Amino acid sequence: MHEETTKRPEIINTVTDTGFGVVEKPLTASERVVNNGVFRKCIVLLFLALVWEAYAQWQNNPLLFPTFSDTMSAFISGVWSGKLLMATWSSLTVLVKGYAVGMLFAAIFTAFASATRVGSDILETLTSMFNPLPSIALLPLAMIWFGLGEGSIIFVLIHAVLWSVALNTHSGFKSVSPTWRMVGRNYGLSRVGYVAKILIPGAFPSILTGMKIGWAFAWRTLIAAELVFGASSGSGGLGWFIFQNKNMLDIPNVFAGLLTVIIFGLLVENLIFKVVEKRTIHKWGMHS
Amino acid sequence: MSEGLAAGSGGHSQPASSNAALPLLSVEGVTLQYRTTDHLVTATYRVSFDVLRSDRFVILGPSGCGKSTLLKAVGGFIQPVEGRISLNGHPISKPGPDRVMVFQEFDQLLPWKSVKENIVFALTSSGRLGRKEAIDKALHYIHKVNLSGFSESLPHTLSGGMKQRVAIARGMAMEPDILLMDEPFAALDALTRGKMQEELLQLWEDTRFTVLFVTHSIPEAVRIGNRILLLSAHPGQVKAELDCKGIDTVRPSGEPIVQYIEELLFQKRGGIAHA
Repeated sequence: MHEETTKRPEIINTVTDTGFGVVEKPLTASERVVNNGVFRKCIVLLFLALVWEAYAQWQNNPLLFPTFSDTMSAFISGVWSGKLLMATWSSLTVLVKGYAVGMLFAAIFTAFASATRVGSDILETLTSMFNPLPSIALLPLAMIWFGLGEGSIIFVLIHAVLWSVALNTHSGFKSVSPTWRMVGRNYGLSRVGYVAKILIPGAFPSILTGMKIGWAFAWRTLIAAELVFGASSGSGGLGWFIFQNKNMLDIPNVFAGLLTVIIFGLLVENLIFKVVEKRTIHKWGMHS
Repeated sequence: MSEGLAAGSGGHSQPASSNAALPLLSVEGVTLQYRTTDHLVTATYRVSFDVLRSDRFVILGPSGCGKSTLLKAVGGFIQPVEGRISLNGHPISKPGPDRVMVFQEFDQLLPWKSVKENIVFALTSSGRLGRKEAIDKALHYIHKVNLSGFSESLPHTLSGGMKQRVAIARGMAMEPDILLMDEPFAALDALTRGKMQEELLQLWEDTRFTVLFVTHSIPEAVRIGNRILLLSAHPGQVKAELDCKGIDTVRPSGEPIVQYIEELLFQKRGGIAHA
């Protein structure tokens, strides 16, 4: 309509390849250090230790709340004398046994559940029944069944691990993308190959979550069980170490025992699970 | 299956017309139904067509005409309730590596495998090749789709168009009797889409593979296909089957093919049933 007013000159530029400064520049050393998650978490830990030390100093009641430095010296002398190490070792062996057997049972249950509909009905019913049931509540019964020893602790550990791992793996399998499933079938994967090459990697984020939850449940259950009936098979575990030292009012050693549990939690999370996560789901771009 | 493979891969060495009389894929009176949680849906009703060797056969239709379901049936993922589908005269009963699907979704690549490993996995899982030969073949086809620098990359680091190229390379590396493409470019932006169509035609010029291509875009259908099957919706029934020689094809009536297809789909013209 108003062609003479809408008429504009055309613009044609020549793009230069100099003068715009940086396209890609490496970060400085300090920027990299701040980007490092391990470094940032160490700062958090240091801060917590400082707060602990300051509060305990201010309280000035070593019987109720020993300082960080007292706890550390108890920890170091415990490690040095071997008492703490022995307790940790005996806890860890039981823990790993229970965890491994629990994982094995979970694998069998989940395989059965993903192969048949009745299997999945059974697994879903069992997990909704037993997952909310605290394992430690089964300990008195386990002690009657398996006696005062490793057997009953492993039984409650299996209960702690099995349901959370099975629940997560099963729901992970169910949510594997239908396109991946069709791709697997298209290239003629056998049943075992299909599970190993499509279902397990496809469900890996859920499986890993299940393994983490299972690990945490197992630790809690183990320490609680050891607190209840102490020594098993000769040498006591960490729970027993804590319990004994509490009876002797050696509170810095109680704290040292708790600290060991915490350190193992941090180590397993950051050295094992984080690395597995980084090498798998982060590398594959599957984390949400 | 093996003779079909040989003919499929050697298609460029012999004239495509020599065995063109025998249909490679024949779909006869196929009715497909699937179940949702509370309905039984008829996706296609008595659909028939034949695909010849080295065809670029396009199934075109509006949403809900059952074209993807039809392709999945050819893939062997769904069984027809009526009619039969056969490849080289053998009825199709289950999924198999002689009919490779390229899906619309970008997640058809397995994220835990690199570009190269995605292709190697397909070749070795199907028992087609040993690992060493599979790697050579994978690299060859990665080069063919212009992704040579990315063979070690993981899928999540690629753009949508690159992912689809890998999927196409994987499909072609299998050298299947027929390549089934389910709207492979639908989720791409328009510029990439045009480029990919061009590349697909170029690849076809090189190897003369047979492709069954599903789309709901008329321009895409006429650019890619040499034969176009038009389906109506709810349920899908064959409306027409036309020859096509690119976007500039003109019907005998003097009408451009795009306009002609539009009229057929929107029923400005009486429905022409094709046997």
